[in-house]
Amino acid sequence: MTDSFQSRIDLEMTINGEAVELTVPAGRHLIDVLRHDLGLTGSHVGCEHGVCGACTILVDDSTVRGCLTLAAQLQGCEVWTIEGLTEKGVIADLQKAFVERNALQCGYCTPGMLASAKALVEAEGVPSRETIREHMSGNYCRCTGYEAIVDAIETVARQRADETGARSRAGETVAKARAGARS
Amino acid sequence: MKASIGGYTRAETVSHALSLLAEANGAGRLLAGGQSLIAALNLGTTSGDMLIDIAGIGALRGARIDGNRLIIGALTRHADIASDPLIAEHAPLLAKAAPLVAHDAIRNRGTIGGSLAYADPAAEYPACAIALDATIILEGPNGTRQVAAQDFFLGLFETARADDEILAAIAVPMAADGERHVIREAARRSGDYALAGLAVVRRDGRHRIGAFALGDRPLLCEGAMAALDGGDIDGAVAALATDVDPTSDTQASAAYRRHLAGVLLRRIAIDLGVG
Ligand SMILES: Cc1cc2nc3c(=O)[nH]c(=O)nc-3n(C[C@H](O)[C@H](O)[C@H](O)COP(=O)(O)OP(=O)(O)OC[C@H]3O[C@@H](n4cnc5c(N)ncnc54)[C@H](O)[C@@H]3O)c2cc1C
Ligand code: FES
Ligand code: FES
Repeated sequence: MTDSFQSRIDLEMTINGEAVELTVPAGRHLIDVLRHDLGLTGSHVGCEHGVCGACTILVDDSTVRGCLTLAAQLQGCEVWTIEGLTEKGVIADLQKAFVERNALQCGYCTPGMLASAKALVEAEGVPSRETIREHMSGNYCRCTGYEAIVDAIETVARQRADETGARSRAGETVAKARAGARS
Repeated sequence: MKASIGGYTRAETVSHALSLLAEANGAGRLLAGGQSLIAALNLGTTSGDMLIDIAGIGALRGARIDGNRLIIGALTRHADIASDPLIAEHAPLLAKAAPLVAHDAIRNRGTIGGSLAYADPAAEYPACAIALDATIILEGPNGTRQVAAQDFFLGLFETARADDEILAAIAVPMAADGERHVIREAARRSGDYALAGLAVVRRDGRHRIGAFALGDRPLLCEGAMAALDGGDIDGAVAALATDVDPTSDTQASAAYRRHLAGVLLRRIAIDLGVG
């Protein structure tokens, strides 16, 4: 091997909010580092070529395929898996809705589904069912038939929009009161 | 399966990447978004590569105007192509194509340069490049080369890029007032590679049609273009059947792909108000 190329890579990144230092084989996938090296087995592996979505996780706030990402590519990045997202409570409402709507059976697809759905429920407004299906098209579920998953995501998107609406209405009242106080 | 690679390194600049390619002595392989390359490594269709990660070369990312052309850097990601206002205004065909490319998580990392260099015959951007009469900009040890998109795609996963060159950007003639851009495809699942697709540009009353998943490379459909210029839809659909050259595989037969191409062209004609 020539000098510039390395077979093992030293990395620093943040995983679920914790700073981590690692030395990994250059060809090691992010998903294998998480599952095998760090014991974070919540993220799953299905097809290993980007098709099924079971390995979907968050890197720097965007969804990525853990099976199509080498750990070496992520120097300095921030990674969140289902373990960290659960602990932080940021998708607690989605998880509750999945349980209530029976949007999982074997659960194999669920961590990837939740990572993909997170971006959608965080966007402004309430997506149509068609938009939800389009957005979730990269995540296979072999059990549920999808209907319940769409229901759960729609429910949470609506709840969050109502809360934001209520907050901004409250904000408006405060702003009006302030404006009134000035005049 | 697990990827087997020879080594990994990061390139800081284009010239650094070129010297790393030289150092790897034929085994070097550029890694952009990795959304095709890592899948290929996992499937074992390539191995032992010396990976040169170019994702950090900032100069290759984003779109800018240069005279009457829009220059889009190779590392611009599919998600950026879909949302960049400059691209929406001056190259709407690409902005409309991006949401059809794969799924959200793949669009967050995959790049337009990677897609053009990989030259999958079912990919959207290569056909768009041909329909737009775009130019591919390559950087190599002997400087910059510009190749018309039509001359760039040579066959199945085969392009005019030499092994020691980097695809730096795609240059697109900026859309004029009244120019129309339409792309349509048929796929089994939204985001999957298309079974058949057409990208169409109408510029000054003339049409350019780029077909994807309908041959071993993106195809310019000259027979259908001439008929469409004359407002003859039936003639265009008939000509399209001989312009394209699909193969049969596990996804669809050649006859079915050819049929889909005709259906897509009729829908596009309605979009464009032709006939
Ligand atoms: C499940 C799935 C579905 C997909 N569906 C579609 C689809 O519907 N339509 C579609 O178009 N694509 C699809 N793709 C492919 C995706 O668009 C890839 O992102 C893209 O083809 C490659 O871009 P990349 O940046 O990831 O390149 P990489 O995977 O990093 O590289 C691909 C190849 O191009 C070379 N390369 C990359 N950048 C350069 C450069 N700047 N100069 C020279 N060579 C370079 C690499 O050496 C490699 O050989 C899909 C992928 C997956 C996994
Ligand atoms: S395991 Fe990554 S997409 Fe299937
Ligand atoms: S719940 Fe079993 S795959 Fe989705």
